[in-house]
Amino acid sequence: MVAFIVRRLLGAVGLLLIISAVTYAIFFLVPRAAGVTSDDIAGRFAGKQPDAATLAAIKDRFGLDDPIPVQYGKYIKSIVAGDTYDTGTEKIDCPAPCLGYSFRTNQSVTDQIVDRVPVTMMIALGAAVLWVLAGVSIGVLSALRRGTLFDRVAMGVALAGVSLPVFFTGLLSLAFVVHRWNLLPEVNYTGLGDNPFNLLLPWVCLAFLYAAMYARLTRAGMLETMNEDFIRTARAKGLPEKTVVVKHGLRATLTPIMTVFGLDIGLLLGGAIITERTFSIPGLGQLALDGVNQSDLPVVLGATLTAALFIVLANLVVDILYGVVDPRVRHS
Amino acid sequence: MTSTGGNETVSTDETTPAGAPVTAPAPAPEARRARGGEPLLQVENLGKHFPVTAGLLRRQVAAVKAVDGVSFSVRKGETLGLVGESGCGKSTTGRMVMRLLDPSFGKITFEGQDITTMSQGRLRPLRRDLQMIFQDPYSSLNPRKTVGALVGAPFRLQKVQTENGVKKAVQEILELVGLNPEHYNRYPHEFSGGQRQRIGIARTLALKPKLIVADEPVSALDVSVQAQVVNLLEDLQDELDLTYVVIAHDLSVVRHISDRVAVMYLGKIVEVADRNDLYERPMHPYTNALLSAVPVPDPSDRGDRQRIRLQGDVPSPLDPPPACRFHTRCWKAQDICKQVEPPLVELSPGHEAACHFPENTTVSATDEVARAAVALAPGTTVVDEPQAEV
Amino acid sequence: MARKQQAELINGGSGDSSGGRGAPTSFLEVRDLKIHFPTDDGLVKSVDGLNFQLERGRTLGIVGESGSGKSVTSLGILGLHNRRNAKVSGEIWLDGTELVGASAGRVRRLRGQKMAMIFQDPLSSMHPFYTVGSQIIEAYRVHNDVSKQVARKHAIDMLGRVGIPKPDKRVDDYPHQFSGGMRQRAMIAMALSCDPELLIADEPTTALDVTVQAQILDLLRDLQQEFNSAIIMITHDLGVVAELSDDILVMYAGRCAEYGPVDDTFHRPLHPYTWGLLGSMPRLDRERSERLMPIKGTPPSLINVPRGCAFNPRCAYGDLNGDKSTTERPELLELEPGHKAACHLPLEKRREIWDSEIRPKL
Repeated sequence: MVAFIVRRLLGAVGLLLIISAVTYAIFFLVPRAAGVTSDDIAGRFAGKQPDAATLAAIKDRFGLDDPIPVQYGKYIKSIVAGDTYDTGTEKIDCPAPCLGYSFRTNQSVTDQIVDRVPVTMMIALGAAVLWVLAGVSIGVLSALRRGTLFDRVAMGVALAGVSLPVFFTGLLSLAFVVHRWNLLPEVNYTGLGDNPFNLLLPWVCLAFLYAAMYARLTRAGMLETMNEDFIRTARAKGLPEKTVVVKHGLRATLTPIMTVFGLDIGLLLGGAIITERTFSIPGLGQLALDGVNQSDLPVVLGATLTAALFIVLANLVVDILYGVVDPRVRHS
Repeated sequence: MTSTGGNETVSTDETTPAGAPVTAPAPAPEARRARGGEPLLQVENLGKHFPVTAGLLRRQVAAVKAVDGVSFSVRKGETLGLVGESGCGKSTTGRMVMRLLDPSFGKITFEGQDITTMSQGRLRPLRRDLQMIFQDPYSSLNPRKTVGALVGAPFRLQKVQTENGVKKAVQEILELVGLNPEHYNRYPHEFSGGQRQRIGIARTLALKPKLIVADEPVSALDVSVQAQVVNLLEDLQDELDLTYVVIAHDLSVVRHISDRVAVMYLGKIVEVADRNDLYERPMHPYTNALLSAVPVPDPSDRGDRQRIRLQGDVPSPLDPPPACRFHTRCWKAQDICKQVEPPLVELSPGHEAACHFPENTTVSATDEVARAAVALAPGTTVVDEPQAEV
Repeated sequence: MARKQQAELINGGSGDSSGGRGAPTSFLEVRDLKIHFPTDDGLVKSVDGLNFQLERGRTLGIVGESGSGKSVTSLGILGLHNRRNAKVSGEIWLDGTELVGASAGRVRRLRGQKMAMIFQDPLSSMHPFYTVGSQIIEAYRVHNDVSKQVARKHAIDMLGRVGIPKPDKRVDDYPHQFSGGMRQRAMIAMALSCDPELLIADEPTTALDVTVQAQILDLLRDLQQEFNSAIIMITHDLGVVAELSDDILVMYAGRCAEYGPVDDTFHRPLHPYTWGLLGSMPRLDRERSERLMPIKGTPPSLINVPRGCAFNPRCAYGDLNGDKSTTERPELLELEPGHKAACHLPLEKRREIWDSEIRPKL
């Protein structure tokens, strides 16, 4: 088990390196190939109409004229060990993990990400609680009452849910729940200090989409599990039906769903882009989106790497959890 | 065959224990032909070890010794039965003979040609002569292909020219295995289990093979249907001059269908003999235990049958017991069984067993085996063991 | 619609006219049991009018090919069919209690307690995520109000009794850590944990190797002597039945073809299907006969069971009866004391055929 975890951790580090290299290549190499010069990049940092000396200073400061592999090497080095920039007038210390500075705001990318992560996390976790509770219970009930009216209605709604994106349900609910009926205040969440229930509407809209998916997954898994031999054994022992369903059926059904859940959470932690955009919440997704809009390369790169980190970590956790949940994995 | 034709016993009178009934009517012509044939397939010291890896670097820490040095030969026109319990290596052996698995060591000779390491490309023409029947008639047939396409595939793959077209040839084969030739355009799911196994057999017969390896050909079928397929296999053998290696766990089926039987235990052959010799005068204690464990469909036999009950389970092929692999469960085991591996030696004509204390033989087996063992493993001292029980 | 019909069937079974003969004296008595499954293709009559009885300490072997209805019968006795998609009628009397008409809760409380079952594949029949011990403890605690510690002691005790070495260690192992034979022993320990009076074994040794099968059959025999339980042994293997059973019931297409004491049925079988089964089996205990004598064709679909005698299309002697075989369903008649068969052939003719044509070739 320990060897397994160590091996997976090493694999995760390797994967992140590859992702960072590919992202770096896409954002720095492709524009170069398209004719963007280091002057142009430095120009973006300097703002409008900079003089040659400023440009040279910026290029020197960020090493923009170094060969690309050297730049990438420095980038990775600064993530691991931190970096110190010398602007000539002052020395800026950027501690590890240093992701550089925004071209637009001159703020540390790391600081920006650290600010935004809790916001996205609150959106994702709150929604996750809702969708797991709703999705799994509806899925189980649907499977147990297969073919009944409940099942057909639930699966119909689920189909609708899967096909309705958050920008549709979100805007609709904003228009009615907030503006017309005034049931909830405007969504205005900026950090851990704020009241998390301010996020109720985004939670519900995001959870609706995912709950629909999870209900269908759970139903399919449950139908399969309830046909297993060990369910027949559990019934033959004389266990009450509730125990059979929850302790024996659901336990086995949830294992594969856990995998999907890990991936979904990882993906969302990297930025619930549509939800954040729809409700104007300053999360990681917004940061990445703004970075792309403004060609703010260090921000885009930093956000991408953070998102990748979350997905890789979530995967790792799922793999380890699998061993905890399924003894067959643990012993093999 | 006449009703007595099934009896084929060699003159084993001198090796038969006194008092044992000897039934030795004239051997049937087929049986004679069978034993007279030259070897079609020869397997020498064949083995397959599957590596087991562990740790951070996935180093090989052990090997599952699925097959660990088996030797046998199959003569033209005969049926060799390969029996044993799950995990004894019988299926792995079959797959290696078919070259579906690459052997770890040893040698396979088919019609005098060494095919052990032959490339798949060079094997291709030989595939016409070597065919396999699988256990599960359903999963081994592509559900999206018609019976005609399935049975005709070998013709196309091997680019064989047929006189009246592939369709005619396929229909002839379908008729041969007892299927309606008009079923040419049907799909596998339209057939019952027994009929599907017939389709599987038809497919192997398409190119008139010389050797057919049948891996549990009837164990997925109902009793009444099982008998139909067993009869079909026997009829086809007579008609098409086929040679079979039948791999099965059901000792009754193997007794019925085989001319000679090899018993495997933990990757080794422990006994080989003519069918009747093996079933009536088993020499290896494991064979004895195996035979006595089979329930017999005759209630009056209850109680009077001598029962040998093996304790526990088969040890893991990861770490098989040293020397004689059966010694951990054998009631006759002595010290020598834990120290010297008994070689497979011929203790009576055509009857080989790998045991220090074989049963049903008057040959001073201990000496013979021990002598052979010493020859194999110089330096070991031979203890004067008591004579084997008769 | 289906629900109403089912309710009627249940009432008809347990109440007024059809089978209201009151509680039987036998420990287990099954009367006119029918288990039908409505499907899109038609009504599947998996069990269609089955009668048998069984006493404590005795073993009944139910033999048949796949689709004969033998497993459906056993699940029916335990009340394990989903009442929504299975129509069950008739009577099942277990020690004075009628089960078909009883409430689901009542049958559930008897399940595992008074009647228990072991299944064919012990690996898939045990939950992969729970230890063997906890699964036995669970079975014991549903029916016995005891603490976990007491139940655990009982589980260890049971594992020891079914011959698992070091039961106090193995109790915390998971099913996949057991070998096939040990798993089936653990299944037996679980089934016997509440000391049931009726044990149904559905192909308990089919997935096991012969030497392990022999161990398990011995174990069942010993445990039966110890617990004096009634055993129903469901199998396709006539050898297993011959070794273990007192009575044998041969099923074909959801009905009983032949039913009688095991010696009579093996030595003087009265149904051509039983002859066919015996003729199909290669024998280990004898010199091989020239050829096996298989039954032609395949078992019928349970949606379209042949009219008249269900076995007629596969029967080598069906023509001897003229039209009767295709028009009239043969009744299960007691022809010798306790020995019944459902066949149109005259008894003398059957005895003649058995003595002259079948027995010499086995």
